[in-house]
Amino acid sequence: MKFKEFPKGGKFGRFGGQYVPETLMPAVQELDKSYRKFKSDRNFKAELKHLLSNYAGRPTPLFFAGNLTKKCGGAKIYLKREDLLHGGAHKINNTLGQALLAKRMGKSRIIAETGAGQHGVATAMACALLGLKAEIYMGSEDVRRQNLNVFRMKLLGAEVHTVESGSKTLKDAINEAMRDWVTNLPTTYYLIGSVVGPHPYPMIVRDFQSVIGEEIKKQFRSITKGYPTAAVGCVGGGSNAMGTFYPLLDTPTKLVGVEAGGKGLGTGQHSASIGAGTEGVFHGMLTYVLQDEHGQVKETHSISAGLDYPGVGPEHSFLHVEKRVDYVSVTDDEAAKAFLELSRAEGILPALEPSHAVAHAMKMAKRMKKDESLVVTLSGRGDKDVGIIADYLGENI
Amino acid sequence: MLVGFITAGDPGPDATFDIAAALVDGGVDIIELGIPFSDPIADGPTIQASSLRALNAGVTPPMVLEMADQIARSLNVPVVILTYYNPIFKMGDERFLKLALRSGVSGIVVPDLPPEESTGYRKFAQKEGIDTIYLATPSTNPKRLSNIVSATKGFLYVVPLFGVTGARESFDAYSGRVVREIVGKVDRKVPVAVGFGISKAEHVRSFVDQGADSVIVGSAIVRTIERNLNDRKKMLNELEGLAKDLSSIRTS
Repeated sequence: MKFKEFPKGGKFGRFGGQYVPETLMPAVQELDKSYRKFKSDRNFKAELKHLLSNYAGRPTPLFFAGNLTKKCGGAKIYLKREDLLHGGAHKINNTLGQALLAKRMGKSRIIAETGAGQHGVATAMACALLGLKAEIYMGSEDVRRQNLNVFRMKLLGAEVHTVESGSKTLKDAINEAMRDWVTNLPTTYYLIGSVVGPHPYPMIVRDFQSVIGEEIKKQFRSITKGYPTAAVGCVGGGSNAMGTFYPLLDTPTKLVGVEAGGKGLGTGQHSASIGAGTEGVFHGMLTYVLQDEHGQVKETHSISAGLDYPGVGPEHSFLHVEKRVDYVSVTDDEAAKAFLELSRAEGILPALEPSHAVAHAMKMAKRMKKDESLVVTLSGRGDKDVGIIADYLGENI
Repeated sequence: MLVGFITAGDPGPDATFDIAAALVDGGVDIIELGIPFSDPIADGPTIQASSLRALNAGVTPPMVLEMADQIARSLNVPVVILTYYNPIFKMGDERFLKLALRSGVSGIVVPDLPPEESTGYRKFAQKEGIDTIYLATPSTNPKRLSNIVSATKGFLYVVPLFGVTGARESFDAYSGRVVREIVGKVDRKVPVAVGFGISKAEHVRSFVDQGADSVIVGSAIVRTIERNLNDRKKMLNELEGLAKDLSSIRTS
């Protein structure tokens, strides 16, 4: 199957689609049209490329993690250092692209949801840079565990709305952002932070994040003339993983998405939508959803706010059923352990989200041959998470 | 005609029939029964809170259809179901629609299921004789409107504003213009019902003046329930009074 040809008619196989209120239908259709127009526009591409290199700091290094490789004693482990980008995460790749698009569409007000706060920060940055007004929705539970990012957003000139409904995390922030969008449609652009939501968002976010995988391909070719044996990324909504995987879909590279296993899939306290969910319609898309037998969406748990989401990008659901990508999960404990191991082995503090990918990559590397190679996308840096790790270790800082 | 919306099972499964009866006594012509959903993105705080109360009371889609059955048969009024799509999808389009038909449901409104995503569902529903009710809003362009008018059965649900559900004090003149324009384009092919925000008899009058055949009142009713959670008798009295007031403006 030619995986790269999707979405077709707004769908990845049966997944995706546009399950949104009528008010939003003309808006998502207009967005689809505008995006297709600007995607191939030479000025748009040049401006985005300029900002990605000179503002965000691309390309990011592909770093050979020699110490970690030695420790695992198997495949060579490479880290794609998205944590070194401006803002400290891969999110800026997407927010610059969409903010430029919003500006060209004549929108002056940007709204966004955020979980860990990284997308909120990246949105606030792009909006400050391009002279747009940013308003960010964030669940009160996430505001509490990521308060540093809340203040960063405010410093960058964004307004932060605390969401008290439901589980008070990412899914509720998206609900509230959608309600805002329905209310303020004529002036407002909804800048979604992951490969989720109604078409064309999963495609747009994937395309803007694909710079990760394109660079990996190019950088790897200059090292070995081939492709990595495997590539691993963490999956909440799944934007850094999708950006890593998409350019590699038609190569022999084995692709692995790592979901948040929380306290274990058997406990019900996790965010593994593909691993333990069923097909459902949620946030405008048909995809795997953590839900009960009556279609009520469940509350989720993860040590990392950025993975704490009961759905997943529809393209991931598609790649799962087509068996092109393997989806696994890693528990809170394993992720915290990987956080500590990478910090000590390489002097890199990873965010808790990619710590899930690092944990699984280490397991894989041990089982792989020494002449094989594995790329892990380090989607963000761990500074925002040191408080959570201190709590986890029972230390006061 | 006056359509009265309540979230089924709010504040508890045993309350719904009495609430519907009070509304019908007060002059409500059609009961719109909402299936509570965990993530009601088209709803404001009032209906969000009522959904949460119903879910906490253990209400499920099959229970709602049982309530619909009892209301339709005992009160002899048409019952329309309002639900987000996932509870239908989870049960399966055909199973849900068959169960709804057996429960005496006349029509179904699904706010997050546009005509483009519901070809199969619509075909099956219309074969079974259940009305598929679609929505039109201020952002609906003429081409979409003509497709929606062909897809909708029973009535066209017109939302006269940009926004979510929730009782309003007043409407901009803009909302009246939206309704008049849509009524003109619909050209009596299907009845037009206006809903979202309507809380007073004067709102009913103004939309009827713009050519609406019916109005739908939701949050104002749910707010009355919420205000009287601890006094069922007072709740029912106030609901009947509200319905009387709203239905004092007859549409025909």
